[in-house]
This record gives sequence, C-alpha cells and structure tokens, in this order.
Amino acid sequence: MLQNRFGKLAAAALAGSMLMGAAACGGSEEPATSATAAAPSDGASSAAPAAAGAKVGLAYDIGGRGDQSFNDAAAAGLDKAKSELGLAETKELEAGNGETEAAKEERLRLLADGGYNPIIAIGFAYSGSLKKVAAEFPDIKFAIVDDADATGPNISNLLFAEHEGSFLVGAAAALKSKKGHVGFIGGVQVPLINKFEAGFAAGAKAVKADIKIESKYLSQPPDFTGFADPAKGKTAAEGMFDAGADVVYQAAGGSGSGVFEAAKAANGLAIGVDSDQAKTAAADLQGVIMTSMLKKVDVAVFDFLKSFADNTVKAGTTSYDLKAGGVDYSTTGGQVDDIKAKLDEFKQKIISGEITVPDKTS
Amino acid sequence: MSGPAKSTFADRLLGRVRLRGPVVLVAPILAIVFAGLITSIVLLITGDPPLDTLLLMVEYGTRPRSIVLTLNSATYYYLSALAVAIGFRMNLFNIGVDGQYRLAALVAAAVGGAVTLPAPLHVALIIFVAMVVGAGWASIAGLLKVRRGVSEVISTIMLNAIATALGAWLLNKDRFAVEVSGSNNIGTKPIGASGQVPGLELIPGTTSKVFGLIILAIAMGILYHVLINKTRFGFDLRATGRSESAAVASGVNVKRMVLIAMMLSGAMAGLVGMPQLLGASYSYSLDFPTGLGFIGIAIALLGRNNPVGIAFGALLWAFLDTSSNILQLHEISPDIVQIMQGTIVLSVIVAYELVHRYQISAGQRRVSRQLASATPTQAEGASA
Repeated sequence: MLQNRFGKLAAAALAGSMLMGAAACGGSEEPATSATAAAPSDGASSAAPAAAGAKVGLAYDIGGRGDQSFNDAAAAGLDKAKSELGLAETKELEAGNGETEAAKEERLRLLADGGYNPIIAIGFAYSGSLKKVAAEFPDIKFAIVDDADATGPNISNLLFAEHEGSFLVGAAAALKSKKGHVGFIGGVQVPLINKFEAGFAAGAKAVKADIKIESKYLSQPPDFTGFADPAKGKTAAEGMFDAGADVVYQAAGGSGSGVFEAAKAANGLAIGVDSDQAKTAAADLQGVIMTSMLKKVDVAVFDFLKSFADNTVKAGTTSYDLKAGGVDYSTTGGQVDDIKAKLDEFKQKIISGEITVPDKTS
Repeated sequence: MSGPAKSTFADRLLGRVRLRGPVVLVAPILAIVFAGLITSIVLLITGDPPLDTLLLMVEYGTRPRSIVLTLNSATYYYLSALAVAIGFRMNLFNIGVDGQYRLAALVAAAVGGAVTLPAPLHVALIIFVAMVVGAGWASIAGLLKVRRGVSEVISTIMLNAIATALGAWLLNKDRFAVEVSGSNNIGTKPIGASGQVPGLELIPGTTSKVFGLIILAIAMGILYHVLINKTRFGFDLRATGRSESAAVASGVNVKRMVLIAMMLSGAMAGLVGMPQLLGASYSYSLDFPTGLGFIGIAIALLGRNNPVGIAFGALLWAFLDTSSNILQLHEISPDIVQIMQGTIVLSVIVAYELVHRYQISAGQRRVSRQLASATPTQAEGASA
C-alpha cells in the first residue's frame, strides 16, 4: 500500500518537475551581458540618460541571447551598434516561458525606470505590453520587431517581408529539385511561420506549377517546443525525404539543425532560415545547406539604434522587405550560383511589383 | 486511522496527519532555514552575494507595483493549487489541471467574446462555462479510472497533451480565433466590457490594479475548507483518501466519490485562467500563460493542502516569480529563482517529514517510559 501510494506520488512529482524542467530549458544559457561592468546599483535613481552615447535596453523573447536564431540576430545588431556607435551601456533581459503580459510589462517598465532609452522589444509577444509602457514613458523611444499592432508616437515597428524572401528560396528549391518534390518544415504553427510557408509555396509553384510540396509544423501553440527541438525537426525531415522530397526548407529556429542532419543522411538538400546558416551551422552540415532565407533582424536593430544616435527615429512601420534589403537569399557555398540569374529575375519582379507574393497560405 | 505511528509517508506529505503542540512552528522554520542555506550555497557558487541578492529581492518585492504583480500571480496560483489539493485529499493525483484550465479558458473566452449580456450575467456565464469545461475534461480521466481502472496520473498527463492539440485546432481562424490586425498573434474575439472584471486599487502608491477575481480565489479557499472539513461529503472524501476499504465498509460509494472529486478538481481548474482572462487579457491568444497547473502541484505540496498554507505558498511563489526581473537587471541569472522554488518545495517536504518522525519517536519513547515505570499489566504495544 505504502509503496503503491508513494510510487504514484513520485510519478506525479517527477512528471511535474520534468515538465517544469522542460519549461526551464526554454530559458537562457547566459543571462544579460553588459557593455559596462558597473550595473546601476539602484535602478530608479539613474533616470537621466548618460551624456556619452545611449543606454540601450533590449527585451528578448523566450530563448534570449544564444538561441542561434531570431534572438541572436537581434543580439548581433546590438553588438554591432555597441562597437560602431559607442553606446554607453546596454542591458538585455529575456522572457520566461509561459509568463503573463504583466511580466512583460514589468520588464519594459524596469528598463524605462532604469533610464534606458531607447528600448527594443524582440518579438510580437511584446505587442500589448509595449503599447502600454510606451504610453507611460512618452520621452523614451521604443521599437518592436515583428509587430505592427502596437502603435504610438514613440514606437517604431520593425517589420519583415518573410514571405518575399521565402518566395525566392521556394523558387530556388524548385529549380534544384530533381524529383519535382520539395518540403517545408515550420517550427510552430503560428501566423508568422505561415508567412514563410505561403511565400515558399508560391515561389516553388512559380517555377513549376505542378510541383509537389510537403508541409509540416513541429508543434502547435501554446507548445512552442517546435522552435527548439532538433530531434523533432530530424524526424519530420526524414519523413519528407523518405516520401520523395529532395529539398527541404526549414523555418524552425533551433530545430533546424535536425533538418540539416536528415538532409545529410538522405543525400538531400536543405534551406536555412533567418541567418546565413551555411556559415553558422555545424561544419559537417554546412554542405547540405544550398541557401538560406535571410531575415536581417540585426540590420533592423542596428538601423534603429543608428537613427536614434542621429536623432532621426521614425515612429510607425519600417518595412524590411526585398526592396529595402531586409530579407534576401544567401549564396554562401556557391550552390545556387547556376540559378542566380533566375532568382534575381524573380527578385526584380517582386521589387517592381510585377509579382505579389501571398503572405497567407490559402 | 489511529495514531501517527500508523501513518504513511504520503499521508504525512499530503497533510493528512496534523502536527500538534509547539512543533507546528518548528517545521516551517526548519524549511526556511534549509531553503535559505541551499540557495545561499548556489548563489555563492554562481558568484553572487547571497545577502545582497536577498535584500535586493525584498526591496524590489515590497514596492507597490511589485506587490500588485505578486498578488495577481498568487491569485491564479492559489486556484490552481486548490484544484490539485481537492484531488490530493482523496489520493487522486490530478496532473491534468494544466490542460483543464487552458481548454476551459479557451472555450470560455470564445463564448464570452461571442455574446453580450448585462455585466454580472456575462461574467457569471463565462465563469460557468469555464467550470463546466474544466469539470468535463477532468471527468474523462475520472470515468477512465472508475470504469477501466486507468491510473489518473497517466490519463491526465495524456489529456494535457490532447488539450494542447485540441486548443491549437480550436484557436484557428476557421473556428474560435480572429486575427489581431497587424500582429502576428491570433486570439479569440475580445470579451466586451460587460464581461470584464474591473481591478481593485488595493495597494496605495501605484496605479496598477489587483485582479477583481482575487475575491473569487479567497471565496474558493473558504469553500474548500468548509467542503473538506465541515460536510459529510468532505468526510467521505477524506475517509476514502485514508483508507478505501474502510470507506467502502462504512457505506461510501468510492467510484462515485472518485468521479465527483475529479470533476470538482476540474471545475476548480477551470477557474485558474479566469483572473487573467477577465482581468487583463480579455481574450485567449497565443501568449496566454501556460504551465500554471504544474506550479499548482508544487504549491499544493508547499501548502500541505491546507487552504491557509496554500495561500502562503502561492504568495511566496508569486513573490519569487516577480523578483526574477530585478535579478536579471542586476546580472543575476533568473534561473536562480527556479532553483529557489524547487529548493523550497523539497525543504518543506523534508522538514515536515523530519518533524513528524521526531514526533513519532518521541511518542514511542514516552509510551515505553510509561510502560517501564508502570506495572506491566496491560501489554498493549506502542500504538499510542
């Protein structure tokens, strides 16, 4: 009896702690890093901005610096600004898994109270909280990546045309596919990732109208593990290669490395996302990455900080599309050199408006 | 059910055996000392000064705005822990509170967004729907246990995964969700003003408001106490928890009790999402908080299934959560907070077990002393 009861309890506690542990794994490797060693000893007292350069506050989404994906791209922009613009101080905070909007609000308020100006929020999850906090601190400039819903006189919305970049890699996939069969793997089934899929499918079909496209999402919200589970990415990609696909595009954040492994094992090709993954992936996997869809969050973050330094911050939407060079495809490794002319032709057509890329899957 | 000597570890762990006398205070003090010690060691290893860190957390945690944040988080943690505690009281391990509250909040948000009613009715309808959905989802595990003997631990964990998938399917533009213009978020249609519960300005010195539904949480705590301790149902429930065979012998329909307790637990779980939904979000969207059900398990253990104990546990947990932001601002890893929370749960379990064992052995010593001094006419044994 005792063993039975205790066993049950142990199982319960174990399951609970495992799940909490899993949630914790979404957290960081490294906490915030700071440009200057001296952190403000009292957050509220140093309200006046430092004379030399700006004190920049950055609020990451889940994963924070070190996620080798979206947040890292923002961090790269910040690092570049740090060395080139001479920022006085930077402070990086990151979101916890499953936290409420109140926690995000508090994070932004702490930065605002601490005299950080400008403040950049990474990810659409900050939409509601940024809107509120920005209204409370009209003298501080805010920027948010991937969201156009939070608007205000002191909010800059940095948006990307992921569907346009995905169109180009979709076309590249179709041009490179020998079997006329390609695949798309999304991290989590959210509207943002649907944009990648829609653009990819449109691009592939523009090359070959009857192309076969496999599509799979690794997890459904509120389960966001699909962005951080290489094993899931590998299984999904293996399924696609087994089914006959020979090029797979992944928009799955940290799960992408699994897709590359599967591509290598199947002698197929893979397409990277966000950053130039033929440079950032593990050395033995770089060869399978024919190209990557570049989403230049680093450029957006840097541009915003530069405009702050120049005192030319523009409130409202700044669109980082193909035209502005905010999205693009990479040519590292030379695997798409033979089709580059065709891809650039598509690129020009999108820029000129001759092709309108859908941003939703039909 | 005679003396403490006959109690099992689980009985003591879940607060079914009460401590008596001055040791009541010893256990929590011991737990705090344990937790403080281990956390200090962790902080020293990571190179942060323990005392300064603690002072920083206390200073930040007592600011008016932080108090409001703490109270708000504690509100849903409390409801979640109560939901778990109802099951614990009769040896049911409802690990499914997480899935139950998420599904309940989603459906309730969709219903609340679809209708417009006079204010009190609108709120009541949303809460009612949430409780029904929570109870309904939990009843699946209850029925499986009663009819097929499936352990509720397994079935509720699996139902969590199913609830996630079902929620993702429902939160789609073809079904419950509407697009938030210009945003990458999707959520249910926002609940109108009549369905929102205004906040309370309880804490002076800040404009932040405490969830109006904190009153509901307090009421549920009182209801839980009355139900478990003052009603026949509560007696049957506790009796079934202590000894199923004894309960059957005294005429309790155990299967019926399992199903009802599971549904009550689920209905309480349905309330978990309500303070956030009706007090802040007004819509169930991609960023609705998750994982509250698992935190509830830890807090129920922390509070030893006692409504007052759980309240303290919920407040402590919420305080630690709130202070994680300030730690980040001072270059201390926010993961320290999670280590503290885990340490506290373990310390409480260990401290209470130690005190219980002390009490048992003290009782046995007392009895043997009495036996030694008195003439051994009654050889009754040490079951005092």
